[in-house]
Amino acid sequence: MTEHSQHNIGVLVFAEQEEGVQADVSLELLSKARELAAKLGKKVAAALPGHNVGGLAPALITYGADTVFVAEDPALQHYTTVPYAEVVSDIIRACKPEIVLFGASLIGRDLAPRVASILRTGLTADCTDLQIGDYEDKSGSYKDLLLQIRPAFGGNIIATIVTPRHRPQMATVREGVMQLAPPDAARTGEIVPVDVKLGNTHELVRVVERLKAEKKVNLKGASVIVAGGAGVGGPDGFELIRELARTLGGEVGASRAAVDAGYIGKEHQVGQTGTTVRPKVYIACGISGQVQHRAGMDDAGKIIAINNDPGAPIFSIAHYGIVGDLFQVVPMLIEAYKQK
Amino acid sequence: MPYRIVVLAKQVPDTKNITGDAMKEDGTVNRSALPAVFNPEDLNALEMALDIRERFGGSVTVLTMGPPPAAEIARQSLMRGADRAALVCDRRAAVADTLATAYTLGCAITSKLDGFDLILCGRQAIDGDTAQVGPQVAGRLGVSQVTYVEEVRTLADRTIEARRNIEGGYEIVQAQLPVLMTVVDTANEPRPPAAKLLMQFKKARTPGEIEQQGGNFNAETLRSRNLLIEQWTIDDIGAEAEQCGKAGSPTQVMKITSVVLTAGEHKVVEPTGDGVRGLIRELAEDHALE
Repeated sequence: MTEHSQHNIGVLVFAEQEEGVQADVSLELLSKARELAAKLGKKVAAALPGHNVGGLAPALITYGADTVFVAEDPALQHYTTVPYAEVVSDIIRACKPEIVLFGASLIGRDLAPRVASILRTGLTADCTDLQIGDYEDKSGSYKDLLLQIRPAFGGNIIATIVTPRHRPQMATVREGVMQLAPPDAARTGEIVPVDVKLGNTHELVRVVERLKAEKKVNLKGASVIVAGGAGVGGPDGFELIRELARTLGGEVGASRAAVDAGYIGKEHQVGQTGTTVRPKVYIACGISGQVQHRAGMDDAGKIIAINNDPGAPIFSIAHYGIVGDLFQVVPMLIEAYKQK
Repeated sequence: MPYRIVVLAKQVPDTKNITGDAMKEDGTVNRSALPAVFNPEDLNALEMALDIRERFGGSVTVLTMGPPPAAEIARQSLMRGADRAALVCDRRAAVADTLATAYTLGCAITSKLDGFDLILCGRQAIDGDTAQVGPQVAGRLGVSQVTYVEEVRTLADRTIEARRNIEGGYEIVQAQLPVLMTVVDTANEPRPPAAKLLMQFKKARTPGEIEQQGGNFNAETLRSRNLLIEQWTIDDIGAEAEQCGKAGSPTQVMKITSVVLTAGEHKVVEPTGDGVRGLIRELAEDHALE
């Protein structure tokens, strides 16, 4: 592939798309990329592999890309690992970005580690924050590194991870974690077609059939979420949560503990490994509020916590706290709302 | 034709049970202070491997990398029906990020096994939650990968057909062997060890354990009874020290902050009808609730 290092790329974002629809997370990452690249005094690029996807490039520019590398090939129509990894690695080798960001979607979590392996560089998954900062260790001082921040070890710590001596510095970020800045139709940028050279690798894994279920739960778009945690005690308990959600015109959420215990389906999970939400009202019922849950909802407008443990961590981020039995308090909320 | 199946398994700290004592100054977990478990999704991977062996024929080898107590993973794998289990154990492989881990496991696979057709591992470990080691082992070995596998539908000659999760649905893929697959927890219910195998392999030990425990166990005797669990250093597997462990890790932990929860400024609402009515009124006035 031709050299493209003259583009002075600080941050490259993998522009994920499926059947011609751009993933929201890629646009969110472009917004964050602009902020990071500005601190580095460099530019932002997007890598867009696929088939018949060139039409998506102009929008990527309005969302913040200075350059869009478009890699078109029929073999890239459906995502499979090795062809996409080879194409993205080629783009990275040619334009030499300091930082590469992927959405931590199912595709991103399949692709990013493969690319990091090909390029023999570092990758941090599920970052809840990204910053530019300095770092020092026994081997030297480093300026303007990507600080890759994420909760770890059961949510008891926040780790800041760096990739001091390898490039690019790679990170994955879940949808909804970074704020989407509004697009700027007046932005200009460059669309650069890149040659796609695949070996026979694209024949090794073949998609035979795909079935997408209709999305029944829309946590991201909900303005009210009523969420249940381990304190709900079982699937039956979630009936009460559903009733409150229905009454308030909201959606039903859940903590990882409740999902893992089988009380409710994974599509309701809120948190670092579930969905990140920003509703106007978030009512947490019987949720203790571990860091990984809080990471998924702490930007909500008003947080109401109901828990019979006054020491539950959820109270530290709540706007309103009710210490009590959710099975008594939730019916009161339903009654009070109906009567208002 | 017999398929050579490799399962990668990890012993992990039970992350639901971490107390302050378990964290060291430098931000790494003091594993010996925590109850250790067989990473749940690796059990699902082992179950899938045993199932493939039952349906299509072959052998199941479990590899694990870790400090000496990780021998337990090898032993448990034998109790659950694996044909062979080995432990890569070397201080120089410790404190590895995913790339260094994948390098080390890759060396073990290429140097110690007579080839492979299928590598299975859990989607992710409950300590790091990165889901990176599987794909990076595949990358290291230059083989295809299929992630989030829930079911193996068919396996004939050199083609495997699997159902995998995608965003909002599933996909059926066909892959040419050799291939690495990561397995999710919804794939199956791991079988408990059969009583007979439990009794048989209770006495299985690594050379490291024999040395440590002394007394009744003798390496030669165990070996002759097929109860000596293989244990390898990075030299045994032809791995270079600079590419293993902390030395071989591009990512480094810069700092760890303990999550210290201070009581936030929240408005206390009494768990009474009046208290709750007041809350609803305020939320309605703020137009948070319509």
